[in-house]
Amino acid sequence: MKFLIQAVWALLATWLLATQAHAAQPVDWQLGFQPAVTDIMREIDWFNTYTLWFIIPISLLVLLLLVIVILRFRRGANPNPSKTSHNTTIEVIWTVGPVIILLCLAIPSFQLLNAQYSPPEEPQLTIKATGYQWYWGYEYQVEEEVSFDSILLADDDRADYGKEDRGEYPRLLAVDNEMVVPVGMTVRLLVTAGDVIHSYAMPAFGVKMDAVPGRMNETWFKADREGLYYGQCSELCGKDHAYMPIGVRVVSVEQYGAWLAAAADDVEAANAQLMASIEAEKTVELAANEAQKIEE
Amino acid sequence: MAGATAAHDAHDHKPVGFIRRWVYSTNHKDIGTLYLIFAIIAGVIGGALSIFMRWELQEPGIQIFHGLAAMVYGFEGDAAIDGGKQMYNVFTTAHGLIMIFFMVMPALIGGFANWMVPIMIGAPDMAFPRMNNISFWLLPPAFILLLLSMFVEGPTGAYGVGGGWTIYPPLSTTGQPGPAMDFAILSLHIAGASSILGAINFITTIFNMRAPGMTLHKMPLFAWSVLITAFLLLLSLPVLAGGITMLLTDRNFGTSFFSPEGGGDPILFQHLFWFFGHPEVYILILPAFGIVSHIVATFSRKPVFGYLGMAYAMVAIGAVGFIVWAHHMYTVGLSLDAQRYFVFATMVIAVPTGVKIFSWIATMWGGSLTFRTPMLWALGFIFLFTVGGVTGVQLANAGLDRAMHDTYYVVAHFHYVLSLGAVFGIFAAWYYWFPKMTGYMYNSWIAKTHFWVMFIGVNLVFFPQHFLGLAGMPRRYIDYPDAYAGWNAVSSYGSYLSAIGVVIFLFGVWEAFAKKRQAEDNPWGEGATTLEWKLSSPPPFHQWEQLPRIK
Repeated sequence: MKFLIQAVWALLATWLLATQAHAAQPVDWQLGFQPAVTDIMREIDWFNTYTLWFIIPISLLVLLLLVIVILRFRRGANPNPSKTSHNTTIEVIWTVGPVIILLCLAIPSFQLLNAQYSPPEEPQLTIKATGYQWYWGYEYQVEEEVSFDSILLADDDRADYGKEDRGEYPRLLAVDNEMVVPVGMTVRLLVTAGDVIHSYAMPAFGVKMDAVPGRMNETWFKADREGLYYGQCSELCGKDHAYMPIGVRVVSVEQYGAWLAAAADDVEAANAQLMASIEAEKTVELAANEAQKIEE
Repeated sequence: MAGATAAHDAHDHKPVGFIRRWVYSTNHKDIGTLYLIFAIIAGVIGGALSIFMRWELQEPGIQIFHGLAAMVYGFEGDAAIDGGKQMYNVFTTAHGLIMIFFMVMPALIGGFANWMVPIMIGAPDMAFPRMNNISFWLLPPAFILLLLSMFVEGPTGAYGVGGGWTIYPPLSTTGQPGPAMDFAILSLHIAGASSILGAINFITTIFNMRAPGMTLHKMPLFAWSVLITAFLLLLSLPVLAGGITMLLTDRNFGTSFFSPEGGGDPILFQHLFWFFGHPEVYILILPAFGIVSHIVATFSRKPVFGYLGMAYAMVAIGAVGFIVWAHHMYTVGLSLDAQRYFVFATMVIAVPTGVKIFSWIATMWGGSLTFRTPMLWALGFIFLFTVGGVTGVQLANAGLDRAMHDTYYVVAHFHYVLSLGAVFGIFAAWYYWFPKMTGYMYNSWIAKTHFWVMFIGVNLVFFPQHFLGLAGMPRRYIDYPDAYAGWNAVSSYGSYLSAIGVVIFLFGVWEAFAKKRQAEDNPWGEGATTLEWKLSSPPPFHQWEQLPRIK
């Protein structure tokens, strides 16, 4: 009996942890944005909800007026039409009303826009992402240069990379080498392209920046939760446009430091090491949880 | 006053012989009919392309395009997969270009405006009847060039133009070196020339050929909408022509307007394209605005509410439409100040659009409504256009657009205003003027079935795409992560239902011509006050030989 309870708890804990890790991807029948891991995305999410408070009532108002008109002024109910074709008051109201609503939208909209262009501090890390047909190249601007390509994970390579779990490494989102960034650090992202236009999009971060050949676009993000996050190329770039996803691993500062040091020599070894360290962390947490439950 | 001309005139000088009547035609009604037939054919082809795309997207993975590529291009094995991926992009590109340039524009401007504007303003024909002829006859070669482009080499070793209807370089220059893109550019040039000639014709006709007493401020709103549309065409199409000519010389003659390695800038093309592209979307919707105003007034038996406000709201939409183009480009790396300006300017457009929506409702308020088929389409238009309009207000905000740009949210938005807006406007106009143009009455039961099947179908297609967009699904993807499967399946089923709707439409047209129920001169009753209802159904070959006088 005790064994059974233990097993159930272990399963539940795995599921909880697993769903946490999955939170950074789309889920079945999703209705809204992916969960935010940056303040900017939280603000975008807030502003989206805020606009819905205006646009859904407006749409319903129009629908309601149409229903009223259809019921009250159908020929059966109102055989003699009025000849009214002017009413200055109502015309002024429906001109000024939308202006006021737009002002209500514009003020937080401009605040959001400003926030997107105002990093909270001078970024401590700069990474250049270059879009190619059809993969991404990353270059860390650090003392010992780290650069690598990030390509869609082929099914045949899943075992080699230790990425057999299709929940954590979904089809069309998983990549071979993720971009690795430390949690809680402001990262400057330079985006450009080597052949045609691509677009670097990371829904959970609220980041979307076109990668344009001959231009160096700059954006930033500050991820505040560890995890593995996915985005996809967002500018039509040819036949494999749907096959160049973006994977970002947000890890602790220590893990990042260890990864960066190792990545200078061998990125794939560094990634394997990093994954092992994350796995170990999970097991420790799991064990701790279990121990706690058993004590209770 | 109009009754005398309405009587059938035996001396109408109708040309003898099929070729003389249709190929050499200089009669605005015959040319309008040609345009409408052309638009129906192009619409069926463009619609079929979209059904293939929805079929492909019904489930994750590649379902049909490798097979299609094998069938059409003769690829085998893995090459068929690659060929299929390119072919999917070719389909999205062709669907967009066909629906815009060869379906909506020919139907609304070439078709209904050609037919009705001269009649409505009391003119015997268009100002330049022969130019009208060439405006139409430029379209079939343009369409054929676009269709041919799907079968010639685009990217190395693959076929067709797969750059999207926006044909951004470098994907449309170095990305697709084959001649397919040159075919498409030439096609757009010819279609553009056709539209510019048409626009000149409409402007001249409306300014100079109004019947005595018909001042601009007494002119029917459909004529107003076409006048404004014609100005938008005249001012925006040359910019597109310039842009795609630069694309052509970049591709073939060694210039580097858009290639950074030669000192050019790919973003320059996007500015030129959208300086045309944004007015273009108003070109697609403004005539539908005019049509809906007439239908709403007719079936409410009331004059249009706030006529001047309605006319000048369209003028305002047209004018502001020229200074908002970069809201399509919030993510290209525009400066913060530029984004602020375009957010502000774009939001302004919501005001005149709101005036129009509320004025339509006010027209019906106090009216005596009958729900005949054109009115159903107009009512559907008003609500669905509102839904598309409010998501447009969301997208206007650069900060929010960061999350929505290039996702299915945008696809849902512009299909709500175009597929459910402009296309509903076209069907409304079709049923409204069908008895007038053909002299036959359509079968009301078939027509209403067409409406309801289409209404449910297109909403099933496009409403779930809002959810897909918010969840992050990018547009122009042949395959997607499995989590998006649910809503994609719903969307695909909706598209099959819409296809059934189109079949019902075509059946209804056939039925009306087969049954030959004679239509009255004015089947809509006292609410229909514009001049076309004073003529016989169908109108005489030449109308207004004695000009009507407007009091």
